[in-house]
Amino acid sequence: MSTTPILEVTNLRVEYHGDNRQVVAVNDVSFSIGEGEIFGLAGESGCGKSTVANAIMRLLKDPAEVTHGQIRFKGRDLLALRGEELRRFRWKEIAMIFQSAMNSLNPVMTIGSQMVDIFTTHEGLSVKQARSRSAELLRLVSIDPVRLDSYPHQLSGGMRQRAVIAMALALEPSLLIMDEPTTALDVVVQQEIMAQISDLQRQLGFSVLFITHDMSLMVELSHRMAVMHSGRLVEMADAELMFASPLHPYTLSLMNAFPPLTGPRIRLTGLSDSVRAADGSSGSCSFHVSCPPDRANCSGNIPDLREVEPGRFVAEHPRPSIEGTAA
Amino acid sequence: MTTNTGQRRPRTAPIDDVSVRVRGLTKDFPLGGLFSRRSMRAVDNVDFDIPRGTIVALVGESGSGKSTVARALARLERPTAGSIVVGGRDVLKTEKSAASRRYRGTVQMVFQDPFGSLNPAHRVEHFLERPLRIHGKARTRQEVRRQSAELMRTVGLTEDMLDSYPHELSGGQRQRVSIARALAVDPEIILADEPTSMLDVSVRIGILNLMARLRDERGISMLFITHDLASARYVADTTLVMFAGALVEGGESLELMQNPSHPYTRLLLSAVPDPARTVRYDPVQRARLRQAVLAPTACPWQGADCSATLPVRHTVGPDHWVRCHLYSPQVSSATNPLLTDSDPDLESNLDAAPVPTRKAAR
Repeated sequence: MSTTPILEVTNLRVEYHGDNRQVVAVNDVSFSIGEGEIFGLAGESGCGKSTVANAIMRLLKDPAEVTHGQIRFKGRDLLALRGEELRRFRWKEIAMIFQSAMNSLNPVMTIGSQMVDIFTTHEGLSVKQARSRSAELLRLVSIDPVRLDSYPHQLSGGMRQRAVIAMALALEPSLLIMDEPTTALDVVVQQEIMAQISDLQRQLGFSVLFITHDMSLMVELSHRMAVMHSGRLVEMADAELMFASPLHPYTLSLMNAFPPLTGPRIRLTGLSDSVRAADGSSGSCSFHVSCPPDRANCSGNIPDLREVEPGRFVAEHPRPSIEGTAA
Repeated sequence: MTTNTGQRRPRTAPIDDVSVRVRGLTKDFPLGGLFSRRSMRAVDNVDFDIPRGTIVALVGESGSGKSTVARALARLERPTAGSIVVGGRDVLKTEKSAASRRYRGTVQMVFQDPFGSLNPAHRVEHFLERPLRIHGKARTRQEVRRQSAELMRTVGLTEDMLDSYPHELSGGQRQRVSIARALAVDPEIILADEPTSMLDVSVRIGILNLMARLRDERGISMLFITHDLASARYVADTTLVMFAGALVEGGESLELMQNPSHPYTRLLLSAVPDPARTVRYDPVQRARLRQAVLAPTACPWQGADCSATLPVRHTVGPDHWVRCHLYSPQVSSATNPLLTDSDPDLESNLDAAPVPTRKAAR
């Protein structure tokens, strides 16, 4: 899916300023999302993937700061938006579904009045018009419009999640950011929500930035994906291709962090449980996966992404074997 | 509902090989106001055994009643009917109102949310000291410290974390503390209610490996409740599938995932994202199928009429049974050896009028 990119992130660097130290949460991250493309961003907790999403939505507050790089959306520089401009841009152009989104609904307002708010605020519709639009939206995500008068606690987790998706799509944004949209849901509901999203995506044609730690889920949904570790991208490729033959050892270990459903039962080691700072700039190697033996020239840092095949990037020091295949 | 040989164990197996024997466990929750007589059956006549030193996984989607089973076993919920036999005693009869300390010393529970199940005002040592002292495992300050430190090492944490507060630990570390707390009383049985579902991918395997290690090294039996079939397959010896309050399929984990027989099990398995899967499922088709399964007016598979009569357990493989009419043998039921099973506990169930297995969609 190689269309004109609607979102371009170039050399993004986000730092969190502490009292006496700085943490580089996102370090020199570049990627782009094409029109109608589902782009996956995978990584474990603390790797900085949510920070990227928040940076795009311009939701970063002190002590976080974008210190370098550019975010361009349809050619416009997002980082330059101010005040009213920014308010109009959010939700209209880029909407976001947050982690544990079902808890982001206001518990003391009905679903209907929360949805009506979107239309009256952003489009200046009358309450009556807004209600009929809201009913349409609920139908879009297969919820009975009588639920407009329900409070969030009267809906199941899956329904709340769908209601949140409906709200995110209310203003027909061109980009939808989903930050672990199904983490708190069970597999069956998760599968339904994902089917719904890819259905809606086909219907409405928006682009998606999909953030999760579940590689399998991501490969099923995304067209292209990137793997993030310690604030840096370590691999970026076509989703199926990356799943079939991951180039970076970290990608492989992230894939193996979930036990498989087929094949023999083998003991997995998973990823390490130690608390790490999401700090790509530290001197020591922040990988905790065993590197292949031929990485003699490892500098200890995560190197920049290199294009080893057209459209396929990996953060590895040049290795003879890969050079061979690329040539 | 005709046979109690849920695990397909030889009938001669001595009771000592079974840590927990659950028979006819039923739990109704009242609905509506104080005088309302409506109720909802969350758990419906569930029979299973947890063989000593094994992990039994109970899988199902949200609302299938699997947590209620664990809470009933932990005596946090009083079952409407049924028996729970632990250590040769039917604890619902011998300890009617609340669990005895002896029972609590045998059966411990690990909860889903490690962020909510540890009091933020206390240091880690407190969580281990309480059970150690209450159950008389340690009496002096030094003993408590020594045993706590050992518990920490058992679950893969360091001794100096005893002085940390829960907020200083990561989710995985907190869940390990919860497991250490359960281990403090030296239990025979641990009930783990979705112990990994709130955890990040990077620490999940660590917790599962810890559970397997406790089983292998200490012979602890576990009931592992999860909606993640892959985790169940990875760590559990036996997997039971729960649907709308009833067990619909059970068997050796690998065999069950290899040959899922009940339509609901297949549905569950098909929902697990697995790019390596050979058979592709059409999501729209799947969603329709699920609707049909949850609110059946007629079975979506070959029109078997289990909405009219209750299916019984049929053996479909070694250590593998399923409750579904699709697998009923073609011979008359009178010659079905499973029906000749005569367990006194279950005789009454045979006479009970058939009730619909599948209640309204939840």
